[in-house]
Amino acid sequence: MSVSEGLRATITRAKRNDLIFVGLGIAALLFAASTFVALFLDMVGDGMSRLNPGFFTEFASRRAERAGILAAWVGTFAVMIVTALVAVPIGVASGIYLEEYAPKNKMTALIEININNLAGVPSIVYGLLALGLFVHTFGLGASVQTAGLTLALLILPVVIVATREAIRAVPGSIREAAYALGATRWQMVSDHVLPYSMPGILTGVIIGLSRAIGETAPIVTIGAVTFIAFLPPAPVTSSPPFLNFDWLSSPFTAMPIQIFNWTSRPEEAFQANASAAALVLVVMTLLMNAIAIWLRYRLRRNLNW
Amino acid sequence: MNDEQKKPDPSTLEKKAAALALNFFYGQKQALKNINLPIYDRKVTALIGPSGCGKSTFLRCFNRMHDLYPGTRYEGQIRLYPDDVNLLDKAVDPIEVRMRLSMVFQKPNPFPKSIFENVAYGLRIRGEKRRSVLMDKVEEALKNAALWNEVKDRLDELATTLSGGQQQRLCIARSLASEPELLLFDEPTSALDPIATASIEELIHQLREKITILIVTHNMQQAARVSDFTAYMYLGDLIEFGWTDDVFFRPKEKQTEDYITGRFG
Ligand SMILES: Nc1ncnc2c1ncn2[C@@H]1O[C@H](COP(=O)(O)OP(=O)(O)O)[C@@H](O)[C@H]1O
Ligand SMILES: [Mg+2]
Repeated sequence: MSVSEGLRATITRAKRNDLIFVGLGIAALLFAASTFVALFLDMVGDGMSRLNPGFFTEFASRRAERAGILAAWVGTFAVMIVTALVAVPIGVASGIYLEEYAPKNKMTALIEININNLAGVPSIVYGLLALGLFVHTFGLGASVQTAGLTLALLILPVVIVATREAIRAVPGSIREAAYALGATRWQMVSDHVLPYSMPGILTGVIIGLSRAIGETAPIVTIGAVTFIAFLPPAPVTSSPPFLNFDWLSSPFTAMPIQIFNWTSRPEEAFQANASAAALVLVVMTLLMNAIAIWLRYRLRRNLNW
Repeated sequence: MNDEQKKPDPSTLEKKAAALALNFFYGQKQALKNINLPIYDRKVTALIGPSGCGKSTFLRCFNRMHDLYPGTRYEGQIRLYPDDVNLLDKAVDPIEVRMRLSMVFQKPNPFPKSIFENVAYGLRIRGEKRRSVLMDKVEEALKNAALWNEVKDRLDELATTLSGGQQQRLCIARSLASEPELLLFDEPTSALDPIATASIEELIHQLREKITILIVTHNMQQAARVSDFTAYMYLGDLIEFGWTDDVFFRPKEKQTEDYITGRFG
């Protein structure tokens, strides 16, 4: 038997389309990657000279070469802690409830649609909500806690959706195995579903936090200061009761605000500061994503269903 | 497998459980129709019938698995002896029922935890915390499931690293650890190769000395090999029930005979 000429031509054409797609794919990938690399290199070129230890330990200053990001990175760090402490328990609990407990009816369908839509609401809207609710109604001020709560609201949908997806990936056969042994719903969730979906949940949390860390609009809206020459009070003290929560109500600034502030200065020297600070922020984000990938890999190794 | 003289009249045997006028519904769809079936103490009862006839549905009534899903409804009774309680009674807590009966599923479903933790889990949720007791019972269960020699040096390893046949024996050990009164098997070998299947069948043979077993199988040879009694189901009805060799060699119903001889199904 032989292959007809017509069939051979068809195969050749199909293979050519294959090649064309590969070429297009690589081109698209290169475009995206090289844009990022170019931006990154530009930032390194502009900011590298400012990246010395003093940059991290000095407050902002009118003199560009003496200005540092101490207040900004400490502020960002404090806000992220509040964000995580609020968003993780609420988000994970909501995800578990929706996935494992809530009856599947119109009401939960409506909640589901809402959560998905919330993920797409522009972040400045969260800022306006926070300004009205946290700053004015609750009187929490333009503080670390207000920023933390605002960003927690912002990433809540991400955490809920990630939790639900991670939970849904646990096979029904595992649930039935636990139930068949006499487990209650909560035993099934806490002994099985939750531990097995932890990699996915953690990944979602970190992705949420790495989104929050760069958010500028909402914290500008709530009135975060752009220049500050002191740090929030330390959370631990040397005298009883050793814990101090005043840092929560302290005014603060954050990395994106500091960057924005410097870029809006006319002096050339501040542009270098802005580049250096942006570089630090990008590295922070990349590090968080690296941790997410690593965690996913580490924890998922055991779960091969 | 049973000699003629070893076949007393079933009515003289002690019952472990019995389905009485059992109907079951998935929403509007009736999946079981007026099932009356005794399960004799320390005997293996096999459920056979074409796919979709309601074997799994019937088995899952015993440990109230259907309660986990909305829209399901039981009518009638499943009585468990000797205390003569109706397992399907609304007043009976399904958790309590599942603590008394154990189930082994079609596909091995070990938890992605250590071998030890898999077997110990049933004991843990029954409140057992003493390490030494857990250790003893895990060892006993693994021995009863003919798995101890293969895993005794690797109890801390992940259960999911075991082979399919080992995983299924682990699931059997997990079910045995809490000393159930009745063991339910839903096609336990359908995902296994012939060698692993033979070892599970051998195991079922050993277990029947100690425990009552109800096993669903799509494989008639398996039913003939492992069971004392066989029930033939078709489209939600129980067509015939009796000693396995009677059902296979002297079926009373034409339908059973057709199915057994491979004329349909
Ligand atoms: N969750 C369900 N909802 C509705 N119908 C079901 C469900 N599970 C099984 N059925 C139906 O009930 C009948 C019996 O199914 P099943 O007990 O799984 O059969 P078998 O185990 O004998 O193959 C089949 O017709 C099947 O389609
Ligand atoms: Mg079945």
